[in-house]
Amino acid sequence: MEAEKYQIDLGNLMAYDPSHHFQPLPSSREELSRQCLEKGTELVQGVVNALFSLPSTEDLDGPIVRLPEPSTRLPREKHLPRPKPPTKWELFAKMKGIKNRKKDKRVFDERTGTWKRRYGYDRVNDDRDVPIIEAKMTDEPGEDPFSKRMDEKKKRVDKQEKNRLQNLKQAFKAGDLPSHIQLAATALPITGTQKVIPKKASKEELEGVAGMAATATASGGKFDKKLPGEKPAKHTGKHRKFLPVVEGKGMGAQEKEQTEKILNKLMARSSHDILDVDRAVTMFNVKTEKQRKREKEVSLPSTSNKLKSKKKTFKSSSKKKQ
Amino acid sequence: MLKIKTPKTLKAKRALDKRAPKLVENAKKTLILHGTKTSCVLNAVLAQIFHLKKGLAVKFSRKNENIRPFESSGETSLEFFSLKTDCSFFVFGSHSKKRPNNLILGRMYDHHIYDLVEVGVENFTPIESFKYDKKIAPRQGSKPFFAFIGENFESVDELKHLKEVLLDHFRGEIVENLNLTGVDRVFVCTAISSTTVSFKHCAIRLKKSGTSIPRIELIEVGPSMDLVVRRHRLPNEAVKKQAMKAAPMQPRKIKNVSRDEVKGKIGKIYMPDQQVGGLALSNNIKGLKRERREGKMKDKRDDHDLSKKMRTEESL
Repeated sequence: MEAEKYQIDLGNLMAYDPSHHFQPLPSSREELSRQCLEKGTELVQGVVNALFSLPSTEDLDGPIVRLPEPSTRLPREKHLPRPKPPTKWELFAKMKGIKNRKKDKRVFDERTGTWKRRYGYDRVNDDRDVPIIEAKMTDEPGEDPFSKRMDEKKKRVDKQEKNRLQNLKQAFKAGDLPSHIQLAATALPITGTQKVIPKKASKEELEGVAGMAATATASGGKFDKKLPGEKPAKHTGKHRKFLPVVEGKGMGAQEKEQTEKILNKLMARSSHDILDVDRAVTMFNVKTEKQRKREKEVSLPSTSNKLKSKKKTFKSSSKKKQ
Repeated sequence: MLKIKTPKTLKAKRALDKRAPKLVENAKKTLILHGTKTSCVLNAVLAQIFHLKKGLAVKFSRKNENIRPFESSGETSLEFFSLKTDCSFFVFGSHSKKRPNNLILGRMYDHHIYDLVEVGVENFTPIESFKYDKKIAPRQGSKPFFAFIGENFESVDELKHLKEVLLDHFRGEIVENLNLTGVDRVFVCTAISSTTVSFKHCAIRLKKSGTSIPRIELIEVGPSMDLVVRRHRLPNEAVKKQAMKAAPMQPRKIKNVSRDEVKGKIGKIYMPDQQVGGLALSNNIKGLKRERREGKMKDKRDDHDLSKKMRTEESL
């Protein structure tokens, strides 16, 4: 067999023979598989020849070769990591030319005369260790300077947290949030190219929307095939009320009332809704009449007191003096 | 209001960092699942593919009704699974009258479908039906060789795509250093016709030859099947361009070398602690290599005991 030129990719341990044709297709499967194996052996032998000619280092388990880079380019699994956008402080520092100076973890504490940490447990300038705070001229009497210090610290911490959140939001917009951080209104995918933070929809909202969608057909959703276990859609809108075509005895002028109501609502921009003028006038008239009646009774003592039943008036307005 | 969620334990943080996009990527994992209906053959195929890729594959056992990779809405479930299991390859098996023994080999980029190849499996022979000596069986996780035979792999578009997909799927981890005694297995793919590829998995046996390069013998071991290409979907051009972008090559850091103005180039050497008093003195070291052992036996046979012993001690 002549040595044919195979395309060998050492990085992937692959050999490809582009010049082989199965001119007469072998009749049986065994013959075919035998030929495949034969050809395969040749190709693998070619790769192994190339492999063993690489410089090898001796190791406990055997000779180790350093493989070259694979020549067939295959696609990546995830995108290349994007550069992080600089934070607000980084931009400011760059503009001002401020360089980061490496700080020591241990600092000499003047107050106790020992070496303490710069931050953390038992640190240098802890607010809680200060025993006495001297009063200044600008201090107001009655103000607790210790709690004031704690409040200021709390404010500083909150401001820092807010700035951190802003920086992370910027990073998220640029598409490069650090892999271990998630910004959550809901859980977000860590990788992937989703740019919008989905708002969490509440159960009531979803039910309302589902109801609207279900009844948005020509027959109001009555004849739609329902999935197993699906509840009928809820109608949370107003039901239209239609007046009867022929008015019965008890109801009088309902249509007139309806149109009047609508008109009043339309025209009532300037009028005061609180006071219904007609009603107020009627009430006033009724009251004055009753008052006159009582005065008449008092002035003319009624003869048949016994016959007349004394009615107790439960209305508080009757007690009021006008 | 947005809240910042960070992992509370270091272990969680390490797990998240492992899944993050990096310059040099991890080995890609495969997700093996099946649709509503599978045949006996297909179940065996999926199980054996899972066995071939043991460390880097996840196999789902339930049926999935709403996964149709070739339709536009049938891939959301797949993408969700890929995100949760961090798998960039998937093998989806389904069986129907129109497409019997159907296998869809797919790849993902950024957990969205990159490309798909749909093949039908014919003439499947499982691992159990091959008889071979168990000593030469390929070990789990060994780096495979690939042999592609046939001009059709270059001329036919679908076969070209299938070649790339097969190479990617069965490649395993990308290694820099390879142990030459550990060459175990080879995947032999032959383009029988313009639509069919015969896929075989063989074990490699290295035999002594005259030179330092051993002679190769292939013994068919694993599953063998004929793959008939049915449909395929090439990747979107823009996505392909992005995915093929190579990471910028960083020059290797040279450690312990520095430059000085006066002296020039300076190197640092770190010496381990030398304990002169504790060196091994015995000559009967268990498990010496065969040549050395034989050599030692020969030395003992020739009657140059003392002088030989002195010489071997010095050489140690």
